[in-house]
Parts: sequence; C-alpha cells; structure tokens
Amino acid sequence: MSGLRTVAVTGMNGRADNPAPGMAVVRCLRESGLPLRIIGLGYDALDPGLYSSGCDAGYLLPYPNAGKETVLERLAEIHAAEHLDAIIPCLDAELPVFVELESRLFGLGVRSLLPTREQLRARDKSHLAELTERLGIRYPETRPISDSGFFADCAKDGWEYPLVVKGSVYDAQVAKRPEEAVQAFRRIAAVWGLPILVQRMVEGDEFNLAGLGDGAGGLIGAVMMKKRAVTDKGKAWAGVTIHDERLLALARSVIAALRWRGPLEIEAMCGRDGNYYLIEINPRFPAWIYLSAGVGCNLPAALLAMIMGDALPALPLPEAGILFIRSACELIVPLASFESVMLAGHTPEAGVP
Amino acid sequence: MRSSEKPLVDLPSSAALDRIAVSESGFVFDPTTGDSYTVNATGLVLLKLFRQTRDLEALVAAVLAEHEVGAERAERDILEFAGALRQHLRT
Repeated sequence: MSGLRTVAVTGMNGRADNPAPGMAVVRCLRESGLPLRIIGLGYDALDPGLYSSGCDAGYLLPYPNAGKETVLERLAEIHAAEHLDAIIPCLDAELPVFVELESRLFGLGVRSLLPTREQLRARDKSHLAELTERLGIRYPETRPISDSGFFADCAKDGWEYPLVVKGSVYDAQVAKRPEEAVQAFRRIAAVWGLPILVQRMVEGDEFNLAGLGDGAGGLIGAVMMKKRAVTDKGKAWAGVTIHDERLLALARSVIAALRWRGPLEIEAMCGRDGNYYLIEINPRFPAWIYLSAGVGCNLPAALLAMIMGDALPALPLPEAGILFIRSACELIVPLASFESVMLAGHTPEAGVP
Repeated sequence: MRSSEKPLVDLPSSAALDRIAVSESGFVFDPTTGDSYTVNATGLVLLKLFRQTRDLEALVAAVLAEHEVGAERAERDILEFAGALRQHLRT
C-alpha cells in the first residue's frame, strides 16, 4: 500500500458498560502503522469516538431508520469533504442499510467489505435455529413472542427460569423471574421493536470468536476469547485469549456454510455438558476487537487490506493466555468542538469543502 | 479389579493434563477454557507427577519422598486433588 488513505469507521459510542466497537477498530487501524486519515462516524454529539485522538475528524450520521437515501446523502457529503477510500460499519442496526448501499458507495469510490443481504438474514436471530440445525450445531431453543403474557404461563410449556430475553436486532437480558422477564420485554421492545425472542438459558461459560470471512467460505483470521468479567449488561469487561479447536471448527463451519464476507463475532456457551452451543452471530467486529491487535492478529487491519486489495498482513493464531482488561477514561473536549458537532454535525478538524 | 493390578488414580485425560500451563509459582492456566487456578507446593508436585503416572502406589511413594507425611494422608491428598482436577479440567 502506498500513500495516505482515508477510512471512515462507525460506532463511536463508548458507554462504559456497553461500548460500540468503532473506537476499538480505530485503535487497531492506528496500531497497524499504516498511513491513514481516520474519520469517526457517530450518531450522537456525545459519542466519545468523535473527539478521540484516534480519529482525525468526526461526523454525525442520521440514524439508519431515517432511510437509506438519507444516509447515502449524508455519506456523500462526508465523502465530498474527506475523499473516503473505505468505510467500516460497526453496528448491528446500521448493517442492513450499509449492505443496501454497498454498491452505490462503491460507485462513489468508497469501498467496503460486507455480508450480502442473504448472509445477513441467514444469521439473524430469527433464522439461527434453521442454520444451526442444518450444520448440526447445538443451539438453545428460541421462540419469538409478541406478548409479555408468555412469561406468566411459560412454565406450563416447559420454559424454566432463568431464561434469556432478546431483541431481534440487539440486546439481551437474563431474567430469573417472570417480573424481570416482563420488564426486559418492555425495555427491549421499546428500543428494538417486536418480536422479542425468548431463549433457553445455557448454564456454563461464554466464549467469543472474532473472525474475518473471505466471502468464499474461508476464515482469514480468528481470535478466541473467554470472558473473565462482565458488565451488568453481560458485556466483556475482561477476557483472556484461548485456543479451542472445537470452537474454531464451529466458526469454520458457519463461515463455510454462509460463505461469510467480512467481519463477524461468534458467541457461544460451553455448557456444563462440555458442549458448545451457538448463541449469536454478530455481523461486525466486537467491542473487544482491540485484543486482536494486542495478540498480533490485527483483524481490522486485515479487513482494510481486503477492502483495498492489498496483501494481507500475517494473521497467526494468537497465543492463549493474553488478557484484556477494559478501562473507561474521560476525554476532555473543548466547548468549540462540542459546539461544532452540535451545530454543524462535524468536529472542527473535518475537511469541510 | 484383580489383586495383581496396581490401583490407578482417576485423573483427567492425558491431553487435558498436558495442555495446561503450570508455572513454578503454582499458577495454572488452561488455554482451552481460559480458566486459571493457583495450587500450593504439594499441588504443584502432584500436577507434575500426574503427567508421569497414574499409579497410586508410585504417586504415594513420590510424595513420601518429598514430604514428611504418612502414607494414608498422602493417598488421601492425591485422591482429593485428582477429584478437584476432574471437576475443573475440561477433557
């Protein structure tokens, strides 16, 4: 690769208990040592990534529910100012819009590497049972519901507590009692809509795998991690790299079956019976992806190489036993920067035409 | 069990015992599960011995050679520690 390239990364939210992956992706790209101008794309003036030193400039985007044309219009504005070479979306909720826009963005000169609409659909929570059955992968029984009355009577149908209440796109909560489940149902439905998914709880340890699919069925690189500490939302606060051939094989079978294109995270539980149960497939890098750079398997840098058609960096399977421990810190933001984002929708460093 | 057979200790699989990283400080890390443990000096000795043999008599003899304890106590400790390992190490 030669010359400075400009890469936009979304997901600049950094709430301590549930950060988005964008800032971690930016850190990975910075650690690659590549000459990059990095543009942070956020949805809220308080998204910290917009102001972080990792980003050269930050812009606000309209929420995906504004529609793909509105999002495209804003991206075209940002592209006119920044001459983007590539864009890396990092949030579940925006993926469908970016997938729809991929070819049009390419037409503008902005490249990306994303799953297809069919791939995205095949791994969504309402189709995962079908996929796992086809692949012979264990998957806890999951049922879509639209009425919170389910929780009062579910014991009659053999649904025992604790169980997991999930949004169809994002969010999940373990409920130990019917009242907790109803509360979770209302909270998640208010944000992500109906149906809500109810999943049987698998008692055991959670393991995650971050990987990169080449679109032809191959797994380009992978980092496996066991959560060692979680936030109230169950998000990893500390973790340690592991190496388990069975988890790797599970990921390979999923990626091969879907011919997965781009980044993904596989969430699995190792039950008390010693078997892995697939819980979710997220169509983007996880918030803990900085661990990949920390263990010498920089997956965001590899993604960028794939997007730009460069030679891939070395992606050795990481050594087991490397920990990450997340640390929340405060960014100091001058009022002028905040004002600029609030009023103009970008930081003062933006290359406004 | 026939009387001519030597009693063997019920341990986790050899693969499980071989994969764990054991430091001289007694810190143990399982690279497959990401779990870590600490063991005391006796546990450290036993872990190393378990990688060599499952023969209870040989294990007791090895412990007696290094520690001033009775054979009965040594055997009990070995069996208890083996039980704890079976519980914690995924095979």
